[in-house]
Amino acid sequence: MSDIIRRDPRAEWIARNRLHPLHAAMQPAQHSWMGPNGVIRKNVHGVGFIGPNGIKRIDRSGAQQGGAAKRTATVDVQLPLHQVAAPAFYINVVPDMVGGRLSSHDRDLLGLARQLAGSDGAVLAVVFGEHKENAFATAGVDRLLVLEGHAFDGYSPEQRVQGLRAVDNQFNPRHWLLPDSRSGGGELGRRFAASLKERPATRVWQIKGEQCIGRAGAGQQDLARPLPRLILAAAECADPVSETRHEVLPVELSTALARRLPRIEDLGAVAVDPAAIPMAEAEFIFSGGNGVKDWALFHQTAAALGATEGASRVAVDDGFMARDRQVGASGTWVTARVYVAVGISGAIQHLQGIGACDKVVAINLDPGCDMIKRADLSVIGDSAAILQALIAAVEAYRHGAKRDAA
Amino acid sequence: MNTHVISLVSIGAHPTSGRPRRAEQDARAVELGLQMAGDKLQVLHAGNIAEPTLRSYLGMGLAQLHVLEQPAGADALPVLSEYLRDAGAQVVLTGSQAETGEGSGMLPFLLAEHLGWPLIVGLAQVESIDSGVAHVLQALPRGQRRRLKVRLPFLATVDNAAPKPRQSAYGPAQRGELAAHEVEVEEDELFTGAVLQPAKPRPKRLKVIKAKSGADRMKAATAKASGGGGQVLKGVSPEAGAEAILKLLVEEGVVR
Repeated sequence: MSDIIRRDPRAEWIARNRLHPLHAAMQPAQHSWMGPNGVIRKNVHGVGFIGPNGIKRIDRSGAQQGGAAKRTATVDVQLPLHQVAAPAFYINVVPDMVGGRLSSHDRDLLGLARQLAGSDGAVLAVVFGEHKENAFATAGVDRLLVLEGHAFDGYSPEQRVQGLRAVDNQFNPRHWLLPDSRSGGGELGRRFAASLKERPATRVWQIKGEQCIGRAGAGQQDLARPLPRLILAAAECADPVSETRHEVLPVELSTALARRLPRIEDLGAVAVDPAAIPMAEAEFIFSGGNGVKDWALFHQTAAALGATEGASRVAVDDGFMARDRQVGASGTWVTARVYVAVGISGAIQHLQGIGACDKVVAINLDPGCDMIKRADLSVIGDSAAILQALIAAVEAYRHGAKRDAA
Repeated sequence: MNTHVISLVSIGAHPTSGRPRRAEQDARAVELGLQMAGDKLQVLHAGNIAEPTLRSYLGMGLAQLHVLEQPAGADALPVLSEYLRDAGAQVVLTGSQAETGEGSGMLPFLLAEHLGWPLIVGLAQVESIDSGVAHVLQALPRGQRRRLKVRLPFLATVDNAAPKPRQSAYGPAQRGELAAHEVEVEEDELFTGAVLQPAKPRPKRLKVIKAKSGADRMKAATAKASGGGGQVLKGVSPEAGAEAILKLLVEEGVVR
């Protein structure tokens, strides 16, 4: 809601009408307080009300009538809480949690789980390790099971399958739902299915009653089959939960998990050349615009951060960056998880191009620009000084990490 | 390298015309196998030996292609796992999903489960194999790579991050030999309850605006994208600003 003060003629009319049932609620609060010398002070401007002709009226008879109190807009609506006290059955969901948060694919999957659970069942989300999500309630999670432990750190598919099998034994869910995605869910689901010896339905995009439809082969055919216990669902398989709030009650495994010696050892991520990653699928983009004056420093910072470089239209038109680096409506629509905009004020075409980005950081001189309204973190200041400080901070951070490891 | 590598291949389908062709990812598995084992690469197919498309794998420079003879609709899993158990392979490469039939991508997982071997998903490159331990690079989404250490023998699926397959030449394709193996045929029970139908285009998701009032609808239609209540650091030193940015980048895990 805007902050513009508007007259509400109806509210004013109710405030004047002593017979109206809402009359009492529309009376303005009397502003009076005890001053420092023990004298009662009153706000003289708060006295009275605006009459029907827009003229201020003060009723000194004692029966205050007007309603000039500004109504504060309540924007955050509490959605109705959906409670499942004693679930008849469980629908288990294993979200991907890319970057520790629910992705849109995960939300669609939770929406599908909600449909399958109906009013008696509970949706149980199984999350491995640490997470940063705080919107499980509105995403439709009734019960949350966090499997913690160092065994689940990094790439540990075999240990995770072990964990899921323990969950399966304890809760015996009616369905298991996993995202059929490349960021972990597809692989984990297939491993889990092979270990349970169940035949999953893969790339499912529609569930109707007891039938499900999934893509088959190279996508030229659909496979319709009875709904199995294990479902690997494609993106946009259902609408995410939007009209209810859920309890997110924590549950725990009753048994301790056996630690299994991993046959596949994770040696960590390998540094890849960020410039070789296609911009549309880069994870971390460092983008420069008209506000960047020192392009050598910009490239140096991108290299220090290990980010893929992007640019606004102005920077490309001025010849500082190549055309294929342009982000926005006439360039590339990026899907980065983290987008750093240096000296980009945020034309609507550029903001469209970064619509899918998760976290946006802006460095800009102008505190009123549109990019700052979009950004999750903005730093107002000269870009050159901030970039130099950023290079120094990154190097200090990397050195510190090395010293800790040594 | 003298590693014993077996690549599993299947018959693909062209994405537009639907005509049979060599499967894209299986061809990549053959290419990776050729790079690892050279002429000693063994290529295995379970299915119909009369299929002419099989020769396009031979055209990649293979002398021989082993075929476990099966009619269409038979279950490839038991025959493959039996063959692989006795073949003495150290590395088995497959594509990540078939281009015809169900294409669930479950076969490598089930094979690994049957054989009791570790499985690597999305193999991009084999860096080294010595004394029974392989260092490999796994392809992750968004062009990232991860280094894994795995004990031989192992199974690996390749996807589009693996090296591009070489062209198939006509001459070698005709000269190559198809070696048939007699195996027991087991029917796949999937199609007792399931129906394959032409793919329906999926409806595009509409942007539903659940606004109660006209003002909210107007706002949803016209408002610019905004994160809403981001943190703004104004009048801080560049060092403090850089610290705050770095903190966010480290939290998100993009700066390592």
